[in-house]
Amino acid sequence: MSAAVREGWFGPFGGRFVAETLVPALEELERAYHEVVPSEAFQTEWRSWLASYVGRPTPLGRAERLRTHLPGVAHLLLKREDLNHTGAHKINNALGQVLLAKKMGKQRIIAETGAGQHGVATATACAVLGLPCEVYMGELDVARQAPNVARMRMLGARVVPVTSGSRTLKDAMNEAMRDWVTNVATTYYCVGSAAGPHPYPSLVRDLQRVIGDESRTQCLELLGRLPDAVVACVGGGSNAIGIFAAFLDDPSVALFGVEAAGHGIASGKHAATLTAGRVGVLHGSKSYVLCDDDGQIIEPHSISAGLDYPGVGPQHAALHDSGRATYLSATDDEALAAVRDVARKEGILIALETAHAFAALPRVADILRERGVREPAIVVSVSGRGDKDLSTLLEKLEVT
Amino acid sequence: MSKRRSPGRIEACFARAREERRPVLVAYLCVGDPSVEASYSIARALLDAGADMLELGAPFSDPTADGPVIARASQRAIERGSSMRAAIALGARLRAETEAPLVLFGYANPIIVRGERDTVRAVHDAGIDAMLVVDLPPEEGDDLRDEARARGVDVIPLLTPTSSPSRVEAARHGASGFVYYVSVTGVTGSTASDPFDDAARAAVRLRGAMDLPVVVGFGIDSADKARRASGGGDPSRGADGVVVGTAIVRAIEEARNDVAAACANAAAITRSIRAV
Repeated sequence: MSAAVREGWFGPFGGRFVAETLVPALEELERAYHEVVPSEAFQTEWRSWLASYVGRPTPLGRAERLRTHLPGVAHLLLKREDLNHTGAHKINNALGQVLLAKKMGKQRIIAETGAGQHGVATATACAVLGLPCEVYMGELDVARQAPNVARMRMLGARVVPVTSGSRTLKDAMNEAMRDWVTNVATTYYCVGSAAGPHPYPSLVRDLQRVIGDESRTQCLELLGRLPDAVVACVGGGSNAIGIFAAFLDDPSVALFGVEAAGHGIASGKHAATLTAGRVGVLHGSKSYVLCDDDGQIIEPHSISAGLDYPGVGPQHAALHDSGRATYLSATDDEALAAVRDVARKEGILIALETAHAFAALPRVADILRERGVREPAIVVSVSGRGDKDLSTLLEKLEVT
Repeated sequence: MSKRRSPGRIEACFARAREERRPVLVAYLCVGDPSVEASYSIARALLDAGADMLELGAPFSDPTADGPVIARASQRAIERGSSMRAAIALGARLRAETEAPLVLFGYANPIIVRGERDTVRAVHDAGIDAMLVVDLPPEEGDDLRDEARARGVDVIPLLTPTSSPSRVEAARHGASGFVYYVSVTGVTGSTASDPFDDAARAAVRLRGAMDLPVVVGFGIDSADKARRASGGGDPSRGADGVVVGTAIVRAIEEARNDVAAACANAAAITRSIRAV
């Protein structure tokens, strides 16, 4: 069978590159993905949680003071995932997967987390659905995202600091996979990004697609037309693929993903996988990765723990190669400046991850102009709120 | 110029052990820990101590199927400049001196980055008999498998306690050399459970289903475990061979960069298990 038609592949990217022990568990999950997730019963239950517990639909609101600084942009609309319960888009996926795990009869949930948003979301879903939860988190992230560690513990989750490698998200994912391979019969691995082995990239996309579906409907109601561009930050890429998914078949809608350029691409200290990586295999799927000539993964750098990851979801790799989406990057300093800018112009304290999308807006506006798009309407995914980043922000920004 | 692999080093190895009514002893080492040069000396010591077959572990930065001992060794090896290329080069150097079967053991990313076909060609040219790629289940790596088949390099399938009949069937397709049965659901070096009597029964079943010799690995660190996994001295009642990995890597770690001590420690473990 050719790779192009195999399930779980996005062109030459995706697949299931895992130890044999995990293959039956992924086959079981794949069956549940096909049979349970689309079922009316599951959809009704999950969407009822999204409405009454998460607070969906989230608003699509205008950002007028920011817009006036983007010459030629007619409409700047913010999709407010930061207003979700737990403060980020991660809860959409976590509730869906923990609900699925419960229906699959699993007794224990594990997750990895970088910024802690997926960890908090999973801990929250486990609390309300009554399942024990363990969250793997790099030691470095435990330190720089302390408020989220405290929240997870308050929610009853066990946070396991990971001391290997770069002590960040990739190492947390390594350790979660080791746990899963050991406890596979009883344990459900709730992956937080649209990465990992099949069916995770598809499952997470489908659960995050609610962001895009709502945005599309809301934009049509508000403007009477589709947006010209959709912009989202990309680490593993779950909020981006979620919002992109609803617009993939609308060729007039340009899609922009923004990666973390850290200290700058040339410095080598970044997490811009699509911008500067190569094709490889990390954490179960073939995609772009940051690695050296020997295939050793390079420790990435980003000020935002949630983007500090040397891989990217396979569907983003395919969208990058096909040119359907454009991937830009923003540095740590640009992201920091964007957090302050959005706070002071719009009264919204955005997450450092989200700030990368805002930092790229002037370039997005330039590119649209170069493409001949007049008076564009731009939708930005506000993937999460920045309360968790306050200690970093106060340290790095001279806030007076 | 390619060095032709003499036919059937792996088959000959299993046949000899079967005649001697003992399991094949497969010894794993992490190439580059504590240095690539030391790994050559350690490999020689393992063979001299009675290892029948060597698994040359190519270190990878993110070894998700390995426990802490091999993960630490991999990290040290990378810091000392080791890589999949270094592991293949060590294979070539050993091949000039021994007819023992050599298996390259590693993860997919270094292979994908170099190119699946190019990697297999290098493996073949080095005189390495087989490859075992932990995170490459039978559905993946078509180019690697095609090239390996064309070159006569065996691609060793992994089967585990979670493998259903359909997984065994999937592994059968294109498998050659031998089958590596993972004794536990877990990472390398797991000793939380004692699955070796079950593993012996699974090995007998899989040998029938796969029509290939079966070795058992993960957690074997004593003669007793090796004996039980291999049917208590009757190979028809257990595995055709056992893999000793973490125990050897730990013995090398405990020598703390003293190469002579590392060789002695690794050889002592090998001898104690070879005495089965």
